[in-house]
Amino acid sequence: MKNLMTSSVIALTTMAGAAYADINACLITKTDTNPFFVKMKEGATAAAKENGINLSTFAGKIDGDVESQIAAVETCIASGAKGILITPTDSRALTPVISQARDAGALVIALDTPFEPANVADATFATDNFKAGVLIGEWAAAKLGDEAANAKIALLDLNASEISVDYLRNNGFLQGFGIDIKDPTDIGDEDDPRIVGNDVTNGNEEGGRTAMENLMQIDPEINVVYTINEPAAAGAYEALKSVGRENDVMIVSVDGGCPGVQNISEGVIGATSMQFPLLMASLGIDAIKTWAETGAKPRNTEGLDFYNTGVELITDEPIDGIPSLTSAEGLGKCWG
Amino acid sequence: MTTKPGYEQVLDGSDTQVARFETRHTLLKRVQHILHNNPTFVPVIVLILSLAVFWIIAGGRFFSAFNLSLIMQQVSIIGILAAAQSLIIITAGIDLSVAAIMILMSVIMGNLAVHMGVPAPIAIIVGCAGGMLAGAMNGLLITKIKLPPFITTLGTWSIFFALNLWLSGAQSIRSQDIDEHAGLLKFFGNAVNIGGARITFGVILMILIFIVLWYMLNKTAWGRHVYAIGDDMEAAEMSGIRTERTLVSVYMLAGLVCAIAGWASIGRVGSISPQSFYEGNLQSITAVVIGGISLFGGRGSIMGALFGALIVGVFQSGLRMAGVDVLWQVFAIGWLIIIAVAIDQWIRRVSA
Repeated sequence: MKNLMTSSVIALTTMAGAAYADINACLITKTDTNPFFVKMKEGATAAAKENGINLSTFAGKIDGDVESQIAAVETCIASGAKGILITPTDSRALTPVISQARDAGALVIALDTPFEPANVADATFATDNFKAGVLIGEWAAAKLGDEAANAKIALLDLNASEISVDYLRNNGFLQGFGIDIKDPTDIGDEDDPRIVGNDVTNGNEEGGRTAMENLMQIDPEINVVYTINEPAAAGAYEALKSVGRENDVMIVSVDGGCPGVQNISEGVIGATSMQFPLLMASLGIDAIKTWAETGAKPRNTEGLDFYNTGVELITDEPIDGIPSLTSAEGLGKCWG
Repeated sequence: MTTKPGYEQVLDGSDTQVARFETRHTLLKRVQHILHNNPTFVPVIVLILSLAVFWIIAGGRFFSAFNLSLIMQQVSIIGILAAAQSLIIITAGIDLSVAAIMILMSVIMGNLAVHMGVPAPIAIIVGCAGGMLAGAMNGLLITKIKLPPFITTLGTWSIFFALNLWLSGAQSIRSQDIDEHAGLLKFFGNAVNIGGARITFGVILMILIFIVLWYMLNKTAWGRHVYAIGDDMEAAEMSGIRTERTLVSVYMLAGLVCAIAGWASIGRVGSISPQSFYEGNLQSITAVVIGGISLFGGRGSIMGALFGALIVGVFQSGLRMAGVDVLWQVFAIGWLIIIAVAIDQWIRRVSA
């Protein structure tokens, strides 16, 4: 049975090789329901069409669905894909199958989420989440001016696992604000008295509201709120509104989803750092084409272990010295 | 006393009982007996104890009227789901789809009222009808196709969750848009302030739902049938209860309660968020189990689930205010569940 499968795989591969100079590529996302990945798929599909690449797309059923992603990579190897774009749902568990794919001659690019270690893939195209945090931190500190020294800060994080995107954004914000972050991969080890506390939100509105309520019970005078993403920010805003403090508190966030950008224009969120899923995917397709034609692999951004697809600060209250876009401009670029 | 023949006189001093059972009334046995007859005692005692302990550990701010009312707000949605879950568990079933029904119906209400311009009352009625339909689907699969409740609702959980993502595009409906088009959806977010306490309509709704369901379960024939089915399905059948019909009605009622929870969740969360309450199914079961309702069916008071939900809320708030890391909250809730089921098993072994 195994032999039979192997030979049919070889047959498939040779067939793909024989048919003109067609390039096959795969896009594998964590899910196909999250607007972030929907946008990514759009970008990849458009770029593939433009470059004459045959693109197959796959997705896990839910976040954390490792099995579906492994099966998808195996299918891609079998179809002789020249390149695989993947947002690994588990940074470590997929390592063996990715090595197989590379051995079979595919260029593997991690999108959005890096592998651990990052060099498991040929390249990583991602948002600089630390930078995203730094931007909103600097903005918040500048906005407060001298009052920044007396700020009371609430930190609304993702969940108890403290994954990389969680600590990068959280600690980026704190560093941008001017707080000593101690261990850059640890959340909550800071001892700056301006921090009221951390709580988790699961990145949704319900969690954001509950977390904000909890932290206000520790100190009702919180006036700066960092949130892991915009749904959590919307939840925090509701909690503040219920006690009539929505106008005294500054909320900052990260993501750049369209409802989030709309919340900037309505004053719910003060500033957010926008990331660009569509760009990650279209750059990925370009890289596969280049590699298939010339054998050149994409390079990392200088000083980072990934290629930075950029992050933009969106706010309607710009600060001199911190480049930003308005919410109106942001609405043209947002995802979801 | 009549005179007996001499040969019977030897029996005079002997025991005249026909049969006798050894019963040693130790303190522990008596406690076990009391708890067997009053299943809500344990959760009430645990609730009072945990309030006292956290008052000492976390201080006066924990025990303030505002914080206690906040705990009520925070548990209100899971509390309503736990009421629906109790109905099912009393029939010796389980419903893994409660939170999925809730979110799906809130998304349907939101899509209709906010995106499609349907008047809010009609959107809410459609959502509630949808909840009953979803419950009927569970109930019919269980009674007509004879699927185990666990498998049925494991399946419908996925089905309802997928429909929710499809209808919502995995995108939240923003609070501001709801205010603009259908403020009624956020009705249960309104609140009355009594002293320092802030009681939302959602909290009042939760308590009302528990009272109504308690009345239905304890004071109506239907309610006694539900307990009888949970205790012994075949015996209930043989005593003339239309078991299938009653079971379907229980699942439909639970579905309706979930849909109402969906409406209330919009007031609580502010927005309509398809990604919220992903663990609501399990949290509702946690509340029911900690509330002393037996997973084996037929025993326990629905009020226990209310206390169970409150105990979880008190632990979370207390541990957070005492500055304990989130993972230890999860750890503590885990132990609560195991201890609650262990106590239930012990009580079940009581001799009648």
